[in-house]
Amino acid sequence: MFAYYLDLARRSFARNVALTVLMVFAIAFGVGASMTTLTVLHVLAADPIPGKSGDLYYVQLDPHKAAEKPGDPPNQMTRADAEALIRAHRADHQAMMTGGEAAIEPERAGLQPFFADARWTSNEFFPMFRVPFVAGGGWTAEDDTHAARVAVIARPLADKLFGSTEVVGKWLRVAGTPLRIVGVIDTWSPTPHFYDLHTDVFGKAEQVFVPFSTSRELKMPHSGSMDCWGDAPVPDQEAVGAPCDWIQFWVELDSAAKASAYHDFLVHYSENEKLAGRYERPPNVRLSDVMTWLDTNEVVPKDARLQTWVALGFLLVCLINTVGLLLTKFLRRSVELGVRRALGASKRSIFVQLMVEAGSIGLAGGILGLGLAWLGLFAVRHQPTDYAELAHLDLPMLAGTFGLAVVASVLAGLLPAWRACQVAPALQLKSH
Amino acid sequence: MHFMPIISTLRRHRTAAALIVLEIALTCAIVSNAVFLISDRMSQMDRPSGLVEDEIVRVKIAGIGTGKVDANALTVQDLVALRAIPGVKSVAQTNMISFGGSSWNTSISTAPDDPNPSINAGMFMGSVDLLETLGVRIIAGRDFTPDEYVDFESAQAGKVHPASIIITRGVAERLFPGKSPVGQLVYVWGKDSSTVVGVIDTLARPNKFQGTEGLQFAMVLPVTMPYTIGGNYVLRVDPARRDTVIAAIQGTLDRVDPNRIVLERKPFSEIRKSFFKDDRAMAYLLLGVSIALLIITALGVVGLASFWVQQRTRQIGIRRALGASRRDILRYFQTENFILATLGIVIGMALAYAINLWLMHKYQVGRLPAEFLPIGALLLWMLGQVAVLGPALRASMIPPAIATRSL
Repeated sequence: MFAYYLDLARRSFARNVALTVLMVFAIAFGVGASMTTLTVLHVLAADPIPGKSGDLYYVQLDPHKAAEKPGDPPNQMTRADAEALIRAHRADHQAMMTGGEAAIEPERAGLQPFFADARWTSNEFFPMFRVPFVAGGGWTAEDDTHAARVAVIARPLADKLFGSTEVVGKWLRVAGTPLRIVGVIDTWSPTPHFYDLHTDVFGKAEQVFVPFSTSRELKMPHSGSMDCWGDAPVPDQEAVGAPCDWIQFWVELDSAAKASAYHDFLVHYSENEKLAGRYERPPNVRLSDVMTWLDTNEVVPKDARLQTWVALGFLLVCLINTVGLLLTKFLRRSVELGVRRALGASKRSIFVQLMVEAGSIGLAGGILGLGLAWLGLFAVRHQPTDYAELAHLDLPMLAGTFGLAVVASVLAGLLPAWRACQVAPALQLKSH
Repeated sequence: MHFMPIISTLRRHRTAAALIVLEIALTCAIVSNAVFLISDRMSQMDRPSGLVEDEIVRVKIAGIGTGKVDANALTVQDLVALRAIPGVKSVAQTNMISFGGSSWNTSISTAPDDPNPSINAGMFMGSVDLLETLGVRIIAGRDFTPDEYVDFESAQAGKVHPASIIITRGVAERLFPGKSPVGQLVYVWGKDSSTVVGVIDTLARPNKFQGTEGLQFAMVLPVTMPYTIGGNYVLRVDPARRDTVIAAIQGTLDRVDPNRIVLERKPFSEIRKSFFKDDRAMAYLLLGVSIALLIITALGVVGLASFWVQQRTRQIGIRRALGASRRDILRYFQTENFILATLGIVIGMALAYAINLWLMHKYQVGRLPAEFLPIGALLLWMLGQVAVLGPALRASMIPPAIATRSL
């Protein structure tokens, strides 16, 4: 029966090619536009470290002045607090960090000095964020305490500088100082760049990692944002005691109990600092897991959301258009349907027949829409936006596109098919 | 023209008529909002920087290894060397540039020790010729005099304090509403005050750190700094020789000291372009969707009208046989479309208003100005008339003889 309905649908399409093509294209454009923007949104709102994002927490403390308006704790941490929390070592893993720029002087002939994005951090960064190594590993806690001259580099930099990843033990010259390479990171670039939202949020991960203590001893430039408060000029904003926040601090706590214990510890720490006279405000601490932190900072650009709504609105108009066209198409065949009804076809079989026709239009629209979404994403990748190169169709979105097209066309077919199968057989036959 | 027969016909095709009205309404609502958003983004993109844009070239530079050389002396040498490039009118060192991305900001207040200062503004600093090089327009007071400049590192250490400051009109209007800002005291850096010596019309901030509104808040301090801290040189050049100047920059700086990296040397037009890239992308997307929507809706009108013409062939033939002219038939379908479009537009306007309210709430979009509604209405009326013309003409060609034939 299904094959017969398909054949009927084919005949009906052939009878009015222009109208059929119009309906297929309307669905295809609506689906294509929607899937393009939904894919972009899906990529931008993705979990950067799946399976672990619930156990990683961003820490905020509030060392601001009592006279300032109370509010959220500052987005970053002071160097003094970060170093104190590292020493306290109360979480499963913890790391302090800031972005930086490493002036690299290659030894390889023909290479000019250049700057590479860097991260000044502490040793547990690597196990905490599950950073994959192709050779060697991270540095030790002793390296942090002694500001050891060590570095971890990423695979592309190793290839560029040495033409190999077997470079553990070799030397990397940064700003005139040789650093011993202890590890090479395999391809790793969590997106969004969740652990530091003050640098390029949809940019690539850093190429050079150096102990924070080492970077301070060597006065390597930091990048990102810094906020200082108080009214005295601050001669050295990066000093331990400076009233400036510029450090990101992450902890790993693998259970809710541990998270709540760590929260208590932070409150306790704040109270102690207040007693010591360094803090002026009552404890104002915050622990946010990865997805909460991304949400708080509105990482997904508002424009991307707005674009999705625009595309969905477009899809809605395309669907209404298809409903209207299907309705006229089906009603035009009232005579034919009346004859079929008079010859014994039930309302249900007429309905199924028309739904098969609507469904095939949706299927065709879906296939075409998939192609258009692929083209749309290709266009997005050639836009100069920050997240351009992330826009790729993945399997769930591929299935989603298809589902959307079929569901959309079935929905579009329901009303016209229902209206058309209401024809009274006698009435249609009478007038002819 | 008689409306009643048309309306009674439409009553008999309620579903199809309702669908086309709905489609027109949605298109009208989306397109009016899209046109508004496009014009909003375009005006963003045209936002003035206050600079003589076609003459400005920005150079970003960083040193490798620190402490080996006297960066202050090198900065002076760099400025002299850059100034000597043919085509360069003026050159200055600075810590940031309008629309350039990274920024220095601080709070500015009319009271010392203000724990909750009223505004946060971009803090421009740089060498003596900075304002001259940028070409900003001073609307009150004066530029800094050479003796007002202090050195950044001494100021940072609290040894000296910039006694003068120049603010933008945005800051002046916020801090001193209704008063003349020149001569007033402000507090930006520590406990000591600075006197406002001048007001500039516009000097846009490097980024939207405080939203679009915040772009107008900036100040200039007479503080010089080495390139290792400021990181930027600005050149004001003869626009005709801009490209040759840009080509000469790398070599010129290398001759002063090759141990540095020129990170960027760009005309201001490129800085502006990349700053507003997202707005441009959004405007194009909205434009594309609007055009596609109008096409789809037009095709929907054509589809429905053709169907109705075909369905009413006999009726049209009878009307023709009874004396209706071709023109009457044409008018009939045109009027029918006009009625449908008007219904759609009325609903569409209400919908446009509702969508705008929602956008205002969720995306901080401005209120849809009333003049955008007639634009949407006119567009859809025209679209409907153009779309229906083909089917209506076909209808008017139906010969009266059809009435005598059985279909």
